[in-house]
Amino acid sequence: MPLRTDIRKVMVLGSGPIVIGQAAEFDYAGTQACRALREEGLEVVLVNSNPATIMTDKAMADKVYIEPLTAGAVRQIIKKERPDALLPTLGGQTGLNLAMELCEEGFLEQYGVRLLGANPDTIARAEDRQLFKDTMEKIGEPIIASKVVHTVEDAVAFAEEIGLPVIIRPAYTLGGTGGGIAETWDELREIAASGILHSRVDEILVEKCIAGWKEIEYEVMRDGKGNVITICNMENVDPVGVHTGDSVVVAPSQTLCDKEYQMLRTAALNIITELGIEGGCNVQFALHPTSFEYAVIEVNPRVSRSSALASKATGYPIAKVAAKIAVGYGLDEIQNAVTGKTVACFEPALDYCVVKFPRWPFDKFVYADHSLGTQMKATGEVMAIANSFEGAMMKAVRSIEMKVMSMILSRLHGWSDDEIRAGVRRVNDERIFVICEAFRRGLMSVEEVFEVTKIDTWFLHGFARIVAMEKELSNAGAVSEALYLRAKRMGFLDRTIEELSGRPLPEAVRRLPVYRTVDTCAAEFDAETPYYYSTYDTETEVAPGDGRRKVLVLGSGPIRIGQGIEFDYCSVHSVWALQKLGCEAIIMNNNPETVSTDFDTADRLYFEPLTPEDVTGVVMAERPDSAIVQFGGQTAINLAAHLEKLGVPILGTPAWSIDAAEDREKFDEILEKCGIPRPKGDTVFTEEEAAAAASRLGYPVLVRPSYVLGGQGMEIAYNEADVREFMRVIARDGVENPVLIDKYLMGCEIEVDAICDGEDILIPGIMEHMERAGVHSGDSISVYPSLTISARHKDTIIRYTRALARNLAVLGLVNIQFVLYDDQIYVIEVNPRASRTVPYISKITGLPMVELATRCMFGEKLRDMDYGTGLLPEREYYAVKVPVFSFQKLRDLDTQLGPEMKSTGEVLGVSKSFRTALLKGLIGAGFEMKRKGAVLISVRDADKPEAVGLGERFEKLGFELYATSGTANLLNRHMVATNAVHNVDEPSPNIIDLIESGKIDYVIASSVKGRRPELGAVHIRRTAVERSIPCLTSMDTAAALLRCLEGDIQIENCEMVNINAI
Amino acid sequence: MKKAYLLLSDGTLYSGQAAGAEGSAIGEVVFNTGMAGYQEVLTDPSYYGQTVCMTYPLIGNYGINFEDYESRKSWVSGFIMRELCEAPSNWRCKLTLDEYLKRQNVIALTGIDTRSLTRRIRSAGVMNGIVYTEGYEPDAARIEEMQAYQIRGAVAAVTCAEPIVYPSDTGEVRWRVALYDYGVKYNIERELCRRGCEVTVIPAFTPPEEVLAGGFDGVMLSNGPGDPAENTGLIENLRRLMDSGIPIFGICLGHQLLSLAIGAKTEKLRYGHRGVNHPVKDLDTDRTYITSQNHGYAVVEDTVDPARARVRYVNLNDGTVEGLEHIGRPVFTVQYHPEVCPGPMDTAYLFDRFVSNMEQAKGGASICR
Repeated sequence: MPLRTDIRKVMVLGSGPIVIGQAAEFDYAGTQACRALREEGLEVVLVNSNPATIMTDKAMADKVYIEPLTAGAVRQIIKKERPDALLPTLGGQTGLNLAMELCEEGFLEQYGVRLLGANPDTIARAEDRQLFKDTMEKIGEPIIASKVVHTVEDAVAFAEEIGLPVIIRPAYTLGGTGGGIAETWDELREIAASGILHSRVDEILVEKCIAGWKEIEYEVMRDGKGNVITICNMENVDPVGVHTGDSVVVAPSQTLCDKEYQMLRTAALNIITELGIEGGCNVQFALHPTSFEYAVIEVNPRVSRSSALASKATGYPIAKVAAKIAVGYGLDEIQNAVTGKTVACFEPALDYCVVKFPRWPFDKFVYADHSLGTQMKATGEVMAIANSFEGAMMKAVRSIEMKVMSMILSRLHGWSDDEIRAGVRRVNDERIFVICEAFRRGLMSVEEVFEVTKIDTWFLHGFARIVAMEKELSNAGAVSEALYLRAKRMGFLDRTIEELSGRPLPEAVRRLPVYRTVDTCAAEFDAETPYYYSTYDTETEVAPGDGRRKVLVLGSGPIRIGQGIEFDYCSVHSVWALQKLGCEAIIMNNNPETVSTDFDTADRLYFEPLTPEDVTGVVMAERPDSAIVQFGGQTAINLAAHLEKLGVPILGTPAWSIDAAEDREKFDEILEKCGIPRPKGDTVFTEEEAAAAASRLGYPVLVRPSYVLGGQGMEIAYNEADVREFMRVIARDGVENPVLIDKYLMGCEIEVDAICDGEDILIPGIMEHMERAGVHSGDSISVYPSLTISARHKDTIIRYTRALARNLAVLGLVNIQFVLYDDQIYVIEVNPRASRTVPYISKITGLPMVELATRCMFGEKLRDMDYGTGLLPEREYYAVKVPVFSFQKLRDLDTQLGPEMKSTGEVLGVSKSFRTALLKGLIGAGFEMKRKGAVLISVRDADKPEAVGLGERFEKLGFELYATSGTANLLNRHMVATNAVHNVDEPSPNIIDLIESGKIDYVIASSVKGRRPELGAVHIRRTAVERSIPCLTSMDTAAALLRCLEGDIQIENCEMVNINAI
Repeated sequence: MKKAYLLLSDGTLYSGQAAGAEGSAIGEVVFNTGMAGYQEVLTDPSYYGQTVCMTYPLIGNYGINFEDYESRKSWVSGFIMRELCEAPSNWRCKLTLDEYLKRQNVIALTGIDTRSLTRRIRSAGVMNGIVYTEGYEPDAARIEEMQAYQIRGAVAAVTCAEPIVYPSDTGEVRWRVALYDYGVKYNIERELCRRGCEVTVIPAFTPPEEVLAGGFDGVMLSNGPGDPAENTGLIENLRRLMDSGIPIFGICLGHQLLSLAIGAKTEKLRYGHRGVNHPVKDLDTDRTYITSQNHGYAVVEDTVDPARARVRYVNLNDGTVEGLEHIGRPVFTVQYHPEVCPGPMDTAYLFDRFVSNMEQAKGGASICR
């Protein structure tokens, strides 16, 4: 079937802000889909609240709405745009749920909008527990047997039907208290009784226990004709029990014979056929390790994180093909863009092994619970390709940027043997490394580890081989050529080989890698796409350049807190700018979720770890004329010096300038030269020095390690004990770089991104933060254009920006953070690179910042471009960026905002009215606008005066107020009627009971210091988060919310803004 | 570990480690792109005379079990992989792949750059080669022998000596099928037995008259090795068989022989189709299926006499003929492997079709469109 003729205008829904479980993969999918649809001449209307995405770029769709992904907002946009069709399957669960809501209420039908790619019936049958069960039963696909019971006798009766072991899950208890796995009948009776006791409704779910089964996924596609194919299958290294997003995953499956592979493949095809999906679908199976028994765990009737991974692992563009199918094409009519010769109706054949490794946020959130289970905790992931499992595994671990270059995790050296043995049992982020350490010390055999972990021995043997190679290298003395090559094929870096063998590698032994193509067909056909990975073989497949100037762009690696999708946005835009400038753009990155690693983004793609040695390989293979590092976040910046050492000129700001911005002494010199004030500060290495410096400067002070991103380890210290505690936390990871102690100025924070051509600067806009300094800029609500900054201060900001850019020799982008304190502008931070705010400010001002920055690097001058210099005139639209957090996913993590960044994503609200923009931002970020109800206030002393004002405003709106005794007294004294409640450590009913009662709509809770989960204030905040009650930890955020509540604006009455038209 | 080598007829030498048996073996070097299924590949008689290179780099991961054989032994001349798994893991695993190769006396080579070899074959076409272990270096005469090597008399080498009867799986014998063994894979008879057929596997050279006199309801032509055009006797036999009007279903070599029997020609493909991911379109239904394939020859489309048969199935990658529908007879053939093993089971419905052809023939109803 060719293109449907009844569709002219298609609405595409994005997935909204980055949260744990829904990351950049949907930007990748959405971007591919938008391009695929526009290729067909269709008009595309895009809705996504996330401004950091590439899909929300002007060039990606005809109409772009950066508006809340709520039914209210989308209804408005549909009424305005009147699309013929809605494509909901590329925007994750968010997009799908939203589309279903609009469909079920009849809105889509009323407005003549067809749903593409899936119908409500399909989605219900995949997502509704009972319908799913019925559907699977109908086609004879087994699912995990389970039953809800209320008595021990019923639990036993059901277990007799399905056999032991079973899992008992009590209903309505947080964290599964009272549940467990029953292996024997006695255990079953005991656990069932305890579960029923703990459950508020005396209810437990008895489920067949499949812990330890293999977890296998299939990515499948189907078109309107009924053609079905699988793109690839994947096997989780961790057996069933760990969320697939938190599992180490290999593709293709390694331990399945053809019979098992085909059995599950056929099941997956039967499922997609029965559901009638037209597009992509993901099916997860549990496979019994010693029989052909299997069960369908889950079906995602849409493009998912796994499909992004599968696309990158195979080269097959799933989202693009899904979009083409949605508008009518058959798989047999779509070309395989990789070979250019064959059709999309085929199944990729891999001739390499792919390993995906999750990136967890536990380096930042040291007090959060590290254990892994059914709740995903990773913020991002990396993928690695090699022609051995060991090689791919080693590439993957060094790509996650957790300072590990091999399977050796140095902090385990201090663990006792017993601790290692115990560690093997704990399912957490370190387990794989602990297993390797157990092998290294000879504590456990492969079989013993298998008994404990149920990780298939095939994988364990792989780890054991890596450890054996470490030993061989340690014992080798001089490393022979043959041993070197074997080590390289297992993924060892030269540096690691030298460390293990204890001597430098002779030049004669060293080898460079060659590069292989990911071609979807295992070399059966000639591939046209230059998508490469390194191996230690003899033939390289890298085609010679075509004479254009070659520029290497380093990407930003995995998504993590502080370094998110915005850097991929910048990298991709830089690639496009380079192509416009007639260069051949080469990208190097390792994140499978991104647009930058799509094979048709750059002219050449190297899917490789971002370490010095891996960069050397690519540089030697490509011999680029120059490289760009300022768009790839800290990851790329850290490689600047290495590139210079290799003789590759860095385009744009030089490496020394990056260093000068981080180095206290050099930076102070520059500031002094420019006459720019900054908060007084000092550089220290030890706890004692820190305490002394702090008392000299006067409390409060800001304590932070240098050379980090996202304010990692940064804290405000109010007294000496704080300073000492924070220094100890920093010291745990080793103090390589000095620690900075600064006087903390509690003023208004202002942020500026600027382009500098070496002489002139261009500032697209000045952003003002709603939270005062002290809350990390990434966690603050940021407003463009600024609301309260006077013209005089703006002039100062422009002057300072120009002076700093010139003196730091900035060529390209620079980000500067200022604080306005006591009517004076201070500089607090300068980042001579792309920042988090570049995508948002580019979009709202219409200034293609990355493109202009790239052109500046090639010698063009701002004054010769069409945008002028200095500060760009302010637009008539307000854009309010609101951070989004993933607190629910991370148990025990304190939600108190502070100098260390905690948000995972952001949304934007756009309107001519500030208040409306703020409302859109807050709604987009998930706040419900309740205009009556109850507010609970429990704040630190410093916030109490402001809390009175806030309480009064809530009271005026008709809210009932609750507060802990101190706060309540103060409020009552100020004539704000407040109910006093017992604090956490006081007898029940206390504040926790109150939150759990469901009576409270908003919580305002701050404390002097948090982090430690056992603290009372942390307990209050966690309880609110777990009950999904908005919890505001900054008085400024609370004030912002009040401003919206008081305004009484409804999203239904707001104008929806197509940013392409402003 | 002993060294082993592959010398190609174009003079390229790959060196790696020995696996399986020691010695030297001449064969036509081909590659297979399936990521699993090496046990089925090794025991598929269609690989007779060929040295198979697996493009997936990690081979032997799940070992060898005693259930997934596709014939009584391994037929490959040599076996090439990038990495041979020494510690396989699978609940049915009985032997390591290396142990099996040794038992079967298959000379194997591991640790070579299989992608380089595959790319060479893709660009130059299949070529002969010799796999040898250290100490079995070929002399000039042996190299000459390798260069001149042609797979000859392949069907005779792999077919069974005596008929073997496989009972129906369903308890009742609904149909009796004669299965010509040109190099048959077990799963063809398994598929038929599962559908209530009693299957008699008969030697390739069994005269058609014997079959026709045997009271069979249908004839199944198996897959098999070698150049189809070489089998002039078998082709003549099929002409006579076809004229009888008995339902026939041919797979792979069976398809080629039957095509030759109606006057079509076959040609050698540059590097053949060997894998489990080939898209084949059914022109009648406009549906495309992912198929398992293993063939080096194909029927030339414009040599098919439209009065005798029409091309119903085509390969979407290169447009080659994948199956014929004979005119006026209950006869159809496919180039690919609906019996799979290894590969996707999406076209197993063709066996149902064969069964229904037998049903119609028996009922005297008009047979096949």
